[in-house]
Amino acid sequence: MDLFEYQARDMFEAHGVPVLRGIVAESPEQAQLAAEQLGTPVVVVKAQVKTGGRGKAGGVKLARSPQEAAEHARAILGSDINGHTVHQVMVTEGADIAVEYYFSLLLDRANRRYLAMCSAQGGVDIETLAKEHPEALAKVPVDPRVGIDDDKAGEILEQAGFAVRDAVVIAPVLKKLWEVYQAEDATLVEVNPLVKTGAGRIIALDGKVSLDENADFRHPQHEALADDTGTDPLEMRAKEKGLNYVKLDGSVGVIGNGAGLVMSTLDVVANAGADLPGAPRPANFLDIGGGASAQVMANGLGIILADPQVKSVFVNVFGGITACNEVANGIVHAMKMLGDVASKPLVVRLDGNAVEVGREILREFAHPLVTVVDTMDAAARKAAELAADTATTDPGQSDTPTAPIPRADAATSQEA
Amino acid sequence: MSILLTSKSKIIVQGMTGSEGRKHTQRMIMSGSRIVGGVTPGKGGQSIRFEEDGVKVYDSVHEAKEATDANVSVIFVPAAHTKKAVLEAIDARMELVVCITEGVPVGDTAEFFAAAEESGTTRLIGPNCPGVISPGKSNAGIIPANISGPGPVGLVSKSGTLTYQMMYELRDHGFSTAVGIGGDPIVGTTHIDCLRAFQDDPETEAIVMIGEIGGDAEERAAEFIRQYVTKPVVGYVAGFTAPEGRTMGHAGAIVSGSAGTAQAKKEALEAAGVQVGRTPSETAALMREILGQRRR
Repeated sequence: MDLFEYQARDMFEAHGVPVLRGIVAESPEQAQLAAEQLGTPVVVVKAQVKTGGRGKAGGVKLARSPQEAAEHARAILGSDINGHTVHQVMVTEGADIAVEYYFSLLLDRANRRYLAMCSAQGGVDIETLAKEHPEALAKVPVDPRVGIDDDKAGEILEQAGFAVRDAVVIAPVLKKLWEVYQAEDATLVEVNPLVKTGAGRIIALDGKVSLDENADFRHPQHEALADDTGTDPLEMRAKEKGLNYVKLDGSVGVIGNGAGLVMSTLDVVANAGADLPGAPRPANFLDIGGGASAQVMANGLGIILADPQVKSVFVNVFGGITACNEVANGIVHAMKMLGDVASKPLVVRLDGNAVEVGREILREFAHPLVTVVDTMDAAARKAAELAADTATTDPGQSDTPTAPIPRADAATSQEA
Repeated sequence: MSILLTSKSKIIVQGMTGSEGRKHTQRMIMSGSRIVGGVTPGKGGQSIRFEEDGVKVYDSVHEAKEATDANVSVIFVPAAHTKKAVLEAIDARMELVVCITEGVPVGDTAEFFAAAEESGTTRLIGPNCPGVISPGKSNAGIIPANISGPGPVGLVSKSGTLTYQMMYELRDHGFSTAVGIGGDPIVGTTHIDCLRAFQDDPETEAIVMIGEIGGDAEERAAEFIRQYVTKPVVGYVAGFTAPEGRTMGHAGAIVSGSAGTAQAKKEALEAAGVQVGRTPSETAALMREILGQRRR
C-alpha cells in the first residue's frame, strides 16, 4: 500500500524524522485557514496524489498569503495529475532550502536484502540521475537484521560523497528513517528531497512510503491509512468477501484457483480472443484459492456476474489438492444459490484430481448456461467466442455456437 | 537421483498439530515421505496417528532433530509465527527448510533468509510455496503426489497451480524433481539455484522453467542458462495481460512501471535460446518434442 505524502509526513514525525508542519485541506477555505494557522510568511500548497511529477504538472505552488493559498488550492483541487484526481492538498510551511539531497531505503528483490540509495544531488528525478550520473548515486546494501546504525549511515553518506560536517548531521536522520522502515514494515521509504536549510537544519521535505500488507496483522493502525476513493466498487465488494479480485476492462469473466494459473488464464483468454470480432479480453483476475468451496465459488461468481461488461465466464480449475468432484459440486451449488443472478454462459474446464467424476457431475447437472470443455486452451477459445461481438460474427467462422446463451445440449457437445 | 530431496530424507513438520499441518502430513506419508516427527511448542510428548503409525510431537526443532536425526523441515505455522519457526530450524542446522506459509511479512523473510544464507548449512525454499517433490522418493510440501510419477523432467516454478498443471501435462514422461519456489518478493531458493541443480543432476534430461511478472528473477535466470545450462530448457511466463501497478494474487507478482513485465522475461529467455510457450499446454508440447527427439 502506497501512502499519500501527508501520511508519510505524519509517520516520519511520529518516528522523530524532522519534517515541516503541514495541514491537510479539502477546500480552498480550509487551505486558507491552514495557511493562517501555520502563520509563516510563505506556505506551499501541495497536491496529494500517489504519483510522481507533481511539481511539473502544477501540483505544487508557493503562496505568500492565506488568500493566495486558497486560490492555489482552488486551482489544484479537482484537477488531474497524471491521471490522478486531486481530492486533498497539504499546506506546509515554506522552507529556506540551501541544498537538496536524495535518500531511499527499499526492498532489493534480486539480492534478497535491503538497499539504501543516497545522493548529494536531490530534488531531481532519481531514475534520470541513476541513468545520467550513476556515480552520484550511492547504492549500499543493508542487512535486514542490522539495519542502519552509525556505521552504516556513515558508509552510505561517505559513498554518496558528503563532507564529514554534513554527514554528522544527516546520519541521525537516516537512522530515524530506518526506524520508520522497520517499525512500520515498509517496503519503501523515500525522501526526495531531503534538504539542508540556510540555518543548517536537515528536513525531510517530501516523503514516499509503501507498506507491506502482509504485515497488517501487527499494525492495526495501518487500516486507517487505506484509501478507497477511486477504488472500483466490485473490487470493494470482493475485498469484503475476502476474494482476491482485480477488475480489468474486458468482457470474459475469469475464475480460477491459484494466482499463477489465473494469470495464465487471462493471457490464454486474451490470445484466444485476439482474432475474434471485438477481440474479447479478460474482465478480471479472480483467484479463489485451493479450497474452492461452493460458498467461495458462489461469492466469486456473484462478483463477476455483477460486472455489466461481462458477457461470458471462464471457470478454470486444476484439481491439485482439491478434487474436481468437490469443485464441480461447488459450481452446482453456486449456480443454485445464485438462481436468476446466474444469467451469463459459463465455460468450465476441470482437470486433475478426480476429473472424470467432476465432469460427470456437471454433465448430470445439465444447466443450460454451463458448458464443459476439456482443455484450457479450447475452453478459453469457447469463452472468448461467447463474448465476441455477435452482430458481426460470421457463423461460418467457428464450429462452436456463438450465441450468448448456448442450447442445453451444448453442455455435452464439447465432450465428444 | 533428484535434487534437494532423496528417498533417505528425514522430514519433520513444524506446525503438524494444526489442521493444514495434519492434513498435509497425512498426504506426505501417503506419498512415501519419511515423516519422522512434528514440532509444536507446548505439545511435546503427544503422538499424532497417521495410518497405522503414530508420529511423535516435539517441543522444539532441536529436540526433534536430536531424537530423529531429521534433515528436512516443512513449515505450516501461521504467518505471525513463521519467522521464529524458520530461525529455529536454521539454528538446529536443518539442511532443507521448506516454508509453505503464505502471507509472511517480507521483512521477516528478509531476516530469516539472511540467517539461512549466513548459516552455510540451511537451504530455504519459499515462503508462500507448494514445496518440492521427487516423485517416488520423497515429498516435502503440498504438491499432490498422484499427478505424476518419476521421469526425466526437472521443473521449477513460482506458482503452485501451474506446477500441478505442468506436471499433469507431462505425466506420461514424469519428473526427476519439481520445485515450487514461491511467489513472494523474496524467496529462499531461486530459479537459478534449481537450474544449476538440474544441470548437475544426471537423472534430469530437460528442464521446464515457469515464471511470472514481477522482479527480474527470470531475466537473471536467462543469463544463467546462457552461461551454464547445456540441457534443453523450455519456459513459460504468466501475466502478459496484468495491468501495471496491481498485485496479481502473489505478493511478488506486480509490474512496476516498465519493470517486471512478462514480455521482457519472455524476450530474455528467448535470447538465451529457451523456447517459450504461449500457453501451459504449448509449453508442454515443446518439452514433449524435445524428449521425443532425445529418445530417437
